[in-house]
Amino acid sequence: MERFVLDVAHLLAGGLVLVSFMLLYQDRMFALLNVFALHAVVLSLSVAWQAYIQKAPHLYITAGIAMALKAVIIPVALHRVVVALGIHRSIETVGGIGPTMLAGIGLVALSMVVMLRAAAAADPLAREDLAFALSVVLLGLLMMVTRRNAVSQIVGFMSLENGLILAAAGAKGMPLVVEISVAFSVLVAFIVIGVFLFRIRERFDSVDVQALDDFRGERR
Amino acid sequence: MMPHVLTYLPFEPAIAVLLIPACAALLLAVLPGYRLTAYLNVLATLATLLAALTLFILRPENGIYFFVDDLNIVFVVLGTFVGFTTSAFSASYIGHELEIGRLTPANLRFYHAMYQALMFAMNLALLANNIGLMWVAIELATLTTVLMVGIYRTHEALEAAWKYFILGSVGIALALFGTILVYMAARPAIGEGHDAMVWTALMAKAGNLNPGLLNIAFIFLMLGYGTKVGLAPLHAWLPDAHAEGPTPVSAVLSGLLLNVALYAVLRFKMLMAANPAAIAPGPLMATLGLLSLVFAGFMLYRRRDIKRMFAYSSIEHMGLITFAFGMGGPLANFAALLHMTMHSLTKSAIFFAVGHVAQVKGTQKVAEIRGLTESHPLLGWGLVTGVVAIAGLPPLGIFMSEFLIVSSTFARSPLLAVVLVLGLLVALGALMLRLSDIAFGKPTGSLAKVEASYVPLFSHLALVLGAGIYLPGPLVAWFQNVARLLG
Repeated sequence: MERFVLDVAHLLAGGLVLVSFMLLYQDRMFALLNVFALHAVVLSLSVAWQAYIQKAPHLYITAGIAMALKAVIIPVALHRVVVALGIHRSIETVGGIGPTMLAGIGLVALSMVVMLRAAAAADPLAREDLAFALSVVLLGLLMMVTRRNAVSQIVGFMSLENGLILAAAGAKGMPLVVEISVAFSVLVAFIVIGVFLFRIRERFDSVDVQALDDFRGERR
Repeated sequence: MMPHVLTYLPFEPAIAVLLIPACAALLLAVLPGYRLTAYLNVLATLATLLAALTLFILRPENGIYFFVDDLNIVFVVLGTFVGFTTSAFSASYIGHELEIGRLTPANLRFYHAMYQALMFAMNLALLANNIGLMWVAIELATLTTVLMVGIYRTHEALEAAWKYFILGSVGIALALFGTILVYMAARPAIGEGHDAMVWTALMAKAGNLNPGLLNIAFIFLMLGYGTKVGLAPLHAWLPDAHAEGPTPVSAVLSGLLLNVALYAVLRFKMLMAANPAAIAPGPLMATLGLLSLVFAGFMLYRRRDIKRMFAYSSIEHMGLITFAFGMGGPLANFAALLHMTMHSLTKSAIFFAVGHVAQVKGTQKVAEIRGLTESHPLLGWGLVTGVVAIAGLPPLGIFMSEFLIVSSTFARSPLLAVVLVLGLLVALGALMLRLSDIAFGKPTGSLAKVEASYVPLFSHLALVLGAGIYLPGPLVAWFQNVARLLG
């Protein structure tokens, strides 16, 4: 039974890393949003499983928030933004898919080496959970670096936050205050970003961050 | 002992420091009219400052959410003081912005509410006894400043705000991962639940925390909060955010927000230092600090925008302060604390002056501002004094703190001191070069009179000059005590 519990937790956390890789190679806006919704679903299942095995009912709330907000509301809202702005064509990536995937594999290997060694004393559940969570965080960072489009940077940032929530859920007994605040801050962050997106649209007819880069104050 | 007269106050000062800005933020969000709201903004920050000062006399009990010790009281008082003077400067600054139509009354209402929300978030971060709560507060502070930086809604302002938001969020996300790791490191020693995130409990059992996890946690916290401190190579947001937002926001960013992020780094440094098996945090901080200092020194030469130039100067000084704290020891810590105080006062004074200059000349380009001391003597000489102070020349306060940092470094590792002095001299050269262009020569541009209050500018400069000549005994004793606490 003990073994089974661990296996399912690892399956779900590993699944999240896998979906992070899927996010890396999406080259269409709608597909990207759909995969992000899948990311949130896997996160939600993973957190719910943690709630079950830790007998920590408050984690079900975190799982519920992840499911409702990140798997449904935010993807739908971003979908509308994309349609309204007319940017549902392919996404430009910096550096191509192949090198990005290789870099991603390197980052996952790095986080495994670092976390498994550092947390050797911790219990196996927390240790491997942390390693997976760090992988998701680093892959999210990688995605933000390799995308130029503002919407896909947002998706990268939110996948990074998903990794953080995975880590927080795996930290047994961590106070609820923090988890709710994380979920809440994601919401706030989303609102802020949404406002910015609309203003950006209003002013430049583009959400391509490259178009914003022209001005530097020094380059004139 | 006879109960002190202040024990009869109807409020806890620590609560008041948080409640006043929180209530003011709500109030200012709904009140119309800029004169009234600007006035109320000043009043609220003054009340917060007074509440912060009573913390010296009447220290509350440490709770599980809030605590007051000798270290954070310094940050709170410094922060509320600069917050107060900046709000006074802001009141005279925004009237002009409203006149020329860069801001609308609706913008202003939002701006004032955000200003108070920022004060609340910073005090919350400083007084929090819980590492999770501190993280939430710093995130809130970031969001409010992002919104204030983007308030002009021009092309440049939006770019700056977007960049600040993205880099700031990534920094904050890394810091949260570090926070979770600290909890994981503390859980076996302290037990599950709340206590493993409480500062006072963490410090009491610091020696028993898991050193491996703590090491990784510190790297994440250093990178995460270091982004907010503006350390190179994570500084990219800082010059844009300073240059494109309203000038009072630049003053608050340099004078307060960078310090708050530094405070978070310092707290975790204390935790690391208290655990003998963990890596020493000092060298990492000293390296990043020195890198920022030298890098910013060279970057100062190519600035063509006056606010960006002083933003790079902030990177330089935050690097210097981080370096000194990284070196550690009573003398270096004392010097770093003093330098932090002096830098906050001087840099906000410079931004006050620059704000007026930019308004009267209608430009922020260095090339279009000439001969200030002739066209606007008072403002010009105020700016000259500020720049001389920030460059570290005697007799002003920064000279003393820089001298202490350099001499204590020479005593311990002369090689580092050589690099340090090189960086300082490079920055000095750049600042003097630009200053001679701006302040002297034939005046260009508008010669209109400045309709602004000089009180905030000159009161800061007077404090910096006073500190350079004579440091009061109680202040020295207090800083020495804190320096010992920092280890």
